[in-house]
Amino acid sequence: MRVTSLAGVIALGLVATVFALASSIAPAQTPADAALDARLKRLELTLRCLVCQNQTLADSDAPLAADLRREIRELAQGGKSDDDIRGFLTSRYGDFVLYDPPVQRNTFVLWFGPFALLVAGAAIWWRMGRRRARESQAADDGAAAARGRSLLES
Amino acid sequence: MKSAWRWSLPFLVFAALAVFLYTGLFRDPREVPSPLIGKPAPAFALRDLHEPGRTFGTTDMRGQVWLLNVWASWCESCRIEHPLLVDLARQKIVPIVGLDYKDKDDLGKKWLADRGNPYSVSIVDGDGRVGIDWGVYGVPETFVVDKEGIIRYKQIGPVNADVLAKTIVPLVRRLQQS
Repeated sequence: MRVTSLAGVIALGLVATVFALASSIAPAQTPADAALDARLKRLELTLRCLVCQNQTLADSDAPLAADLRREIRELAQGGKSDDDIRGFLTSRYGDFVLYDPPVQRNTFVLWFGPFALLVAGAAIWWRMGRRRARESQAADDGAAAARGRSLLES
Repeated sequence: MKSAWRWSLPFLVFAALAVFLYTGLFRDPREVPSPLIGKPAPAFALRDLHEPGRTFGTTDMRGQVWLLNVWASWCESCRIEHPLLVDLARQKIVPIVGLDYKDKDDLGKKWLADRGNPYSVSIVDGDGRVGIDWGVYGVPETFVVDKEGIIRYKQIGPVNADVLAKTIVPLVRRLQQS
């Protein structure tokens, strides 16, 4: 009984703390703010942080990432589209900032190379299969003829 | 002839792949080629570190070849390149503009007082906006800008004696003559 009441008090205290923290952390947000946050989050998840390189701009704690997030937010608040923002970043840092590389002349091999290899592999496989079928057919014919001959001779 | 191809093709493919991967071993993925090379240097007008009332901008360097060195007192590898810059400044080959990047003024000034000041002008980029315009992501960085204000070269990370002697100084001299 005493144990459960103590646990109850602790649980209640924890719940109260969580609520207090949540209300102090989250500022009053309008739906427009929330929509902008969501849009920027989506955009930042497709952009690379140049300092850590394997983290997105949304995930990175690097000071440069924070600066870039601030810059992106200001551009978005100034009415720039996602494409404008991507252009802003690629004109300064190159296509490397994009996790999704654009299809252009110097990325053709990157985009289509694997498919070309797949097609080439499939073609070789198909040709080898056909040749093997022809050879085994010929071998069968040869074996049958030999058996026929041996039957005739015996 | 046909069978020669059949046997050599896998080896050729292997050799091509091996060359490809081998060269990849020696490339530094941290060095992202800047799209700004060959493009006009992004304009700025920034506060002078030593004379806060004065601003200094890209237009002040029109007509001469100059270096922009991005540094900060908090930047560890800036310590490595600093003596080289002091030495370069002493030879009076090319003016070096120092961009104190996201730094505290007094720390920056103290740093220059302690280690020598190679910069013909020191300017302050407190919030890093000019750094972003110039595509800076790893301080120190050094840019070579020509007489027309076009960026000709970018060194990411500290310059070393080799890069200075073999790349930067010859490039500066060539640009100065053109």
